[in-house]
Amino acid sequence: MTDRMTISLTVNGDAVSREVSVRMTLADFLRHELGLTGTHLGCEHGVCGACTILMNGRTARSCLTLAVQADGQSIDTVEGMADGDDLSPLQQAFIDQHGLQCGFCTPGMLATITELLNTNPDPTEHEVREWLSGNACRCTGYQGIVDAALAAAKTLQGKVP
Amino acid sequence: MSWVGSAVKRVEDPALLQGKGQFVDDIHLPNMVEAAILRSPYAHAKVGAIDASEALALPGVHAVIAHADLPTELQAQIPLLVPNPAIHYPVMQYVLAKDAVRFAGEAIAVVVADDRYIAEDAAERIIVDFDPLPAAGDFRAALEPGAPTAHAERDDNVAAAFSQAYGDVDAAFANAAHVFREELFQHRGAGHPIECRTMLAAHDPVTDTLTIWANTQAPHRLRDVYCRMTGAADNQVRVISPDTGGGFGSKVQAYPEHMAIAAAATQLGRPVKYIEDRREHFLATHQERDQLWDLEIAVDADAKILGVRGKLLHDSGAYLPWGIITPFISASTTPGPYVLPTYKLDVTCIFTNKVATTPVRGAGRPQATFAMERLMDRVARELDLDPAEVRRRNYVPAAAMPYAVGLTFRDGSPVVYDSGDYPACQAKALDLADYDTFRAKQEAARSEGRYIGIGVASYVEGTGLGPFEGATVKVTPGGHVIAQIGASAQGQGHRTMLAQIVADRLGVTPEDVTVTGGNSADLAHGIGTFASRVTANAGSSAHVAASNVREKILKIAANLLEASEEDLDLEGGRVFVKGVPEMGKSFGEIAVVANGMPGFSMPDGISVGLDDTTYFKPERSTYANGCHVAEVEVDIETGNVAILRYVTAHDCGTIINPMMVEGQVAGGVVHGIGNALFEWMRYDEGAQPTTVNFGEYLLPMATEMPTIEQTHIESPTPLNPLGVKGAGEGGTIPAAAVIASAIDDALRPFGVKITQVPVTPEYLLDLIAQRRND
Ligand code: FES
Ligand code: FES
Repeated sequence: MTDRMTISLTVNGDAVSREVSVRMTLADFLRHELGLTGTHLGCEHGVCGACTILMNGRTARSCLTLAVQADGQSIDTVEGMADGDDLSPLQQAFIDQHGLQCGFCTPGMLATITELLNTNPDPTEHEVREWLSGNACRCTGYQGIVDAALAAAKTLQGKVP
Repeated sequence: MSWVGSAVKRVEDPALLQGKGQFVDDIHLPNMVEAAILRSPYAHAKVGAIDASEALALPGVHAVIAHADLPTELQAQIPLLVPNPAIHYPVMQYVLAKDAVRFAGEAIAVVVADDRYIAEDAAERIIVDFDPLPAAGDFRAALEPGAPTAHAERDDNVAAAFSQAYGDVDAAFANAAHVFREELFQHRGAGHPIECRTMLAAHDPVTDTLTIWANTQAPHRLRDVYCRMTGAADNQVRVISPDTGGGFGSKVQAYPEHMAIAAAATQLGRPVKYIEDRREHFLATHQERDQLWDLEIAVDADAKILGVRGKLLHDSGAYLPWGIITPFISASTTPGPYVLPTYKLDVTCIFTNKVATTPVRGAGRPQATFAMERLMDRVARELDLDPAEVRRRNYVPAAAMPYAVGLTFRDGSPVVYDSGDYPACQAKALDLADYDTFRAKQEAARSEGRYIGIGVASYVEGTGLGPFEGATVKVTPGGHVIAQIGASAQGQGHRTMLAQIVADRLGVTPEDVTVTGGNSADLAHGIGTFASRVTANAGSSAHVAASNVREKILKIAANLLEASEEDLDLEGGRVFVKGVPEMGKSFGEIAVVANGMPGFSMPDGISVGLDDTTYFKPERSTYANGCHVAEVEVDIETGNVAILRYVTAHDCGTIINPMMVEGQVAGGVVHGIGNALFEWMRYDEGAQPTTVNFGEYLLPMATEMPTIEQTHIESPTPLNPLGVKGAGEGGTIPAAAVIASAIDDALRPFGVKITQVPVTPEYLLDLIAQRRND
């Protein structure tokens, strides 16, 4: 069995092709091979959610996903969320609602909430909290994060919060 | 307008939200290699020969460094930085284990390879000759005669013993109308920032300088410890703490791993990076863990406290990297907001074969608060009084400020509460929580078979302690306003806080101020980010330094504009004659003058440079306070505790940024709820850790957490120019106490009394079953 493989995928809309070690995680591939260090590792065992990215629009733990599993897939990371210098409504809501302190859990939170708002554009606070059950934050007590998700939902629906 | 006091949006956020933060693991240096650390699988063992030949044979492996491979200066124990005569055996961890390991996870060797994957493969191939020894596990059992000792060369496990006392406590008890006693077991887990410990060291052979990037809470201390051990001069070593993913105490210490990685980088002549994984964090990053309180309270017939006395056992772990600070803070916090006329606590610190314990957010105060508040609840229950009323009868009144408690703090100074209105704080909390209408609600719930309860808890917290923290404020000829502090941030928002303070003094906006922190080369001296001390100390330094720069701008401008200083104003990066904005100079022009012209003498009375460095030295700590109220519902079938409401009234003196203070409080409360209900770092009897991942060790998650409803009081301190007190830990301190109080109240029909945290479902079901059988 060969221990290296060439993979081709889309990352934040750009086509990428690389030869990687078959045991390299997707997180390490993004961080170290592509230099997309916005994706963070908090536990490397699939519980904390810091490493969450979007694969074909659905959340995935990049610490538990191998880079080779992303072959042919479309990946979105925190680096692709803003439009140039213009922050997305969700990013802006994190600033306005104080949804981050150290910012380490934040990229995973953004990915997770992006999926939520795509599937449920007008969630209740309870639904937001349930949805975040797989993302740990040690700084904020979650309050600012929940408020940011709710505020972003309003903005995205055209209701000014 | 004033920037201080307004909810300025954080200058830190835009970069962090776009993945543009710079955490240690985001730094990639040319020629860099990566390390893994071989750690002890045993809690206690002799370490014999180490055979690394198979590891070294693996392609891509560069070095295996064990104790004997370190430079001689580092074949040593980390120095004890806070010695105390109460310590019986001042023992510290070796950089890499010498001939014994004393906790599972102790570092034995550093393996350096092309990448972490290969380094871990290699670590598995190292053969160590261990000779396992019996281990000291539970700290209570470790005190029994004949128990295995954590250090084989010792006859017992007493690490330190001391007392905190004032007044004639025995006489107070002899004359008391009532005496009540509680035995309370408290576990606090660990800090668990989402980013584990990280470090990257690079040695530059040309200048013989070492740079360590580390997510440390105390960059200057790490530098100083390295210099003290190796004999390096402090201008040869620079520690930089870049963006850091939380700390909560766990990143304060200069760890053995820091020294080992620095040694590896120096030896190999290549940058070496080490990123701790979560399992290692569970094993080898300091925790706070266990305390046992055996406490008695004496009260008169009116529930007024006459005295508190008892014993405290504290689990020190295997080494004493921070001396006896945690239990000392515990013992000094017990009196809390109450008039406590007499007090005696005998403290015993116990060695166990577990990783060392050092302060975690709250630093021994949550336990003291839990102990005291449990006693207050007990008094209320026994005398059939409202728990809030018992507290009111005993609060230090606002008119008594400044109030000398009677205790001496560890720096030898008396504990004096500087300002605060504890009864008013409680009143605000009770009001927001609708305390008065709760009983009717509770009755209605009980008639439906639901068990809801309300709890109340107050605390006083020493914050802003010395000796100092520094700040430099400068204006460049380009007109840039720069503020530099030595202390590093782990998410608190230091840059925003300092920008607000400096902006006010210089008449600019917070966005105009560039703030840096955590680089030991920026300021000569620094202490660190812990004990809720940065705003009070570095904030005050920045305020004074900016004021000095302001004065200098006025002085130079008065000269240039031939106006008097009183007639000048600062705004928008310019100084000008009041009402005549065009008659003025830009800050940059003033800086050009202050920086001097080659060949010309400095203008009369003008010191060099448009900058100032100030080290604010507080006279003593300033005491914040607060009152929390929680409403819970207990499911008596499952033992589950749901928090229905959580209210805080918080007083941290002058508030610089209300949004950030509320963020600190909310985060702190949730950490405290974790301690109250979930977080338990477990070991078996042989001191083997049994919770080494987030499946086994439960963090509080969004799903279970309530919205934290907050109200604030501002009692400015006279001890610093801003009137500020610390805000980072108050949320955590009374959380376990208030939840225990609320659970007791909910389960009053069963007569249940919580004497342990965390309150797990099993524990609660046991208590309910016991009371049902009684
Ligand atoms: S790092 Fe992937 S879930 Fe924690
Ligand atoms: S902001 Fe620090 S972990 Fe969430």
